[in-house]
Amino acid sequence: MAKVLMKGNEAMALAAIKGGVDAFFGYPITPQNEIPEYLSRELPKLGKVFVQAESEVAAINMVYGAGGAGARVLTSSSSPGIALKQEGITYMAGSQIPGVIINVMRGGPGLGGIQPSQADYYQVTRGGGNGDYNCIVLAPENVQEAFDLVKESFDLADYYRNPVMIAADGLIGQMMAPVDIDKETPKLDLPEKDWATTGMKNRRTKENKDVDPNIIVSLSLVDTVLEEMNLVLQKKYTHMRENQQRYELINIEDAEIVIVAYGTSSRICRSAMEILKEEGIKVGMIRPITLWPFPEKAFAEIPESVKGLLTVEMSMGQMIDDVKISNNGKLPVGFYGRCGGVIPEPEEIVNAVKDFLGGLNG
Amino acid sequence: MINEKIIVAGFGGQGVMLMGQLLAYAATNQDLNTLWFPSYGPETRGGTANCQVIISEEDIYSPVFSKCDTAIIMNGPSLDKFESRVAPGGKILINSSLVSREVTRTDIEVIKVPVNEIALELGNLKVANMVMLGAYLEVLKIFSIDDIIKVLKKTFGEGKSHLIDVNREALKIGSKSTK
Repeated sequence: MAKVLMKGNEAMALAAIKGGVDAFFGYPITPQNEIPEYLSRELPKLGKVFVQAESEVAAINMVYGAGGAGARVLTSSSSPGIALKQEGITYMAGSQIPGVIINVMRGGPGLGGIQPSQADYYQVTRGGGNGDYNCIVLAPENVQEAFDLVKESFDLADYYRNPVMIAADGLIGQMMAPVDIDKETPKLDLPEKDWATTGMKNRRTKENKDVDPNIIVSLSLVDTVLEEMNLVLQKKYTHMRENQQRYELINIEDAEIVIVAYGTSSRICRSAMEILKEEGIKVGMIRPITLWPFPEKAFAEIPESVKGLLTVEMSMGQMIDDVKISNNGKLPVGFYGRCGGVIPEPEEIVNAVKDFLGGLNG
Repeated sequence: MINEKIIVAGFGGQGVMLMGQLLAYAATNQDLNTLWFPSYGPETRGGTANCQVIISEEDIYSPVFSKCDTAIIMNGPSLDKFESRVAPGGKILINSSLVSREVTRTDIEVIKVPVNEIALELGNLKVANMVMLGAYLEVLKIFSIDDIIKVLKKTFGEGKSHLIDVNREALKIGSKSTK
């Protein structure tokens, strides 16, 4: 199949359809508007649900409701809009409701700007919601990967009965690139959704009168019961940590410096690495694809030749915390970042690597 | 080896985004790697609009670049903004109908085309961007006019199919204007 030139946002919207989305609920915000635009046109044709809600808060609670009823549900927004959805996301996690939340990140804090950013790393990995909860967070590097990960995310959400977040940025959302829209993505063996609140039909019968209704809540006023509920969640999170860490290692053999970068930053770093290679400086990269669970396993693969780790982000330094935790004090950790919607150019990263290396050698 | 980085810039409404997109669509049709992205800041509201395109036989990494191989300049403010962004030895295509000043750089090739006048002679000022695109095709030597028309037919759909002829004419005259 020939590739199709698509905007990142449109590719993610199409991927949701290919991933079997039943319903979308959202509220407009730049730079992700092509997602609801595309789905508002295409979902009704397929007999599926598209609702532009009255607010982000309403939209995420519609996601909660439809997800609880067993539907495959999507919402998308950008940074300040995701902030508004945080309460609903922790309720989903607490109630074990699957759903996919796309964040096309823009510069913050506050209302910020509309240009690309990665300053929501804390927001998507630490959550703004309350309680001990986690979402799987997938961070695509380009339009094809955005398509692939969104398509796959619905299976992941259903498998774990947990929200899955996509952390893209305004550049991935707005750029056009060729996409293989027929690409197969991994499929999971999924159990029946026997927990869904779909009424008692076909469940309570004459022969089987003692079936209780399905009730989905995150509330429990008995401390030991709530702790029990938490331990169920923690068991899932442990499984995710053990099985869902995803990353790419690029040229780390013999490297002097290893860059850690994800999303648009990692793409720019790849160009910087080509320039540095020509100059005889050996630089590798760890590219996290899951931001949560953070791919700490990647750090065990760093060879002896490496003198330091340089974290590159389109923020003032958030993922660097996870890099430091994974590094566990072994190697010096440096940082280079731009923020507010400014996208670093490869030459800036080349200079940052040289400065970092100079400092280590000096 | 094809590896072309392009900036297309002008007023909002001159069709600069479309010029870039047509190149990206044509590249996709030829199985080349390509990437298009717009400058979608507040400047698109009435001021200068621009998009950046990369066409390459190799994998494209950084979507952003400091220097381009070719800048297509549709108005005066765009020349001020992007003249310095052309790599030494690169090319700059100028809409001489609207750009009054000369290019000050001496290390780049300057190609001037009075695209507004040519478009007016064709009876439709809106095809000025296609005149310029025609000129660029001649410089780029990757896509034919037919390659662009094929994409344009898809972009226009049924509703605007009557505009194909004038666009083809504009591309043709543009491609001859560089000689």
